[in-house]
Amino acid sequence: MVDLLKDVFREFGNWAILLGILFILAFAMIRKVKVYETFVEGAKEGFTIAVRIIPYLVAILVAIGIFRASGAMDVLFSALSPVLQFFGFPAEALPMALVRPLSGSGALGVLGDILLEHGPDSFVGRLASTMMGSTETTFYVLAVYLGSVGIRKGRHTLAACLIADAAGIISAFFICKLVFG
Amino acid sequence: MNIVWFALLAIGILFAVFTGRVDETTDAAFTSASSAVELAIGLIGVMALWLGIMRVAEKAGLLQFVARLLFPVLKRLFPGIPREHPAMGSIVSNIAANMLGLSNAATPLGLRAMKDMQELNQHKKSASNSMAMFLAINTSSVTIIPMTVINMRVEAGSLQPAEIVGTTLVATCISTLTAIIAVKLLQKYAPTQDLLETDTDPSTETGEDDNG
Repeated sequence: MVDLLKDVFREFGNWAILLGILFILAFAMIRKVKVYETFVEGAKEGFTIAVRIIPYLVAILVAIGIFRASGAMDVLFSALSPVLQFFGFPAEALPMALVRPLSGSGALGVLGDILLEHGPDSFVGRLASTMMGSTETTFYVLAVYLGSVGIRKGRHTLAACLIADAAGIISAFFICKLVFG
Repeated sequence: MNIVWFALLAIGILFAVFTGRVDETTDAAFTSASSAVELAIGLIGVMALWLGIMRVAEKAGLLQFVARLLFPVLKRLFPGIPREHPAMGSIVSNIAANMLGLSNAATPLGLRAMKDMQELNQHKKSASNSMAMFLAINTSSVTIIPMTVINMRVEAGSLQPAEIVGTTLVATCISTLTAIIAVKLLQKYAPTQDLLETDTDPSTETGEDDNG
């Protein structure tokens, strides 16, 4: 049963990608689009965009790398945990809430840790899983997306995204408490 | 962004000095810098693939068709983007890829959307209202099936790996709604250009900035 689910979910993405490509190309052929030339023309942009985001990626990843390696992140966690525990938010899930907006691979690491240590079917495990799926790596996305078109001032973008992240984390907590609590 | 970036660096460096973790932190700075480049270079292939496929879909009129279907919703979220503009199609394709959890398809499509919106942007160095809305929706990630998480739960031996789908969906909907409201409320207080900055053109006042 578990294996079946595992296969279904793992395969779903690959199927969606392959059938999606087939569908788009077949549709284009019917509409008499020169698929090969058009593909190559679009693909050319891939290189320029990837190269253009490098300086922004370096800036954001170095800052996060330093912040984490210096131990500042750990201190931030321990400073915040009594506040959150007051509201009943489990301290074990706190790193997830704080790492998630900063780093995708970091958050995956934290989730892996939590699932191993507390078990995937524990409250903390379910809460961390829900948080992982319901928010994004905000700083990374903003740096890369704004950087790719050379924008330096994000205006209200960062504030709005962080408010949304906070709402996601808080609602994840309440829903998990309601459903699994 | 300036303050956040400076704070992360300054606090990190001061911490490293006081806790005696200077070596590890210096190491982390250099490895992060090179992994950033590896990440970007690694993106080239996937990026080229999706941008190519996307161009085909666009030429065939597929994106425009989907965008037209969703136009009643899109025009409220992105009043600055005209009905037939390619940005509508690229925004829709990015959000669709995100919803399906196809993250390596979503990034190239999203960057394409940014490029299309930049064409309409009056102040090329500062984000337009449409971009802010797009990024807020994107980072609050409307995921229908969080595949990576489910896979990890399976690996960890969960008895019901998919039981978090429902809670994730509710949480993600709330965060996306919050994102939309936050952007709409905050955009009134976020000036479209910094008057102290001289590299933007102060004569352009119309277009995307007018919507409220």
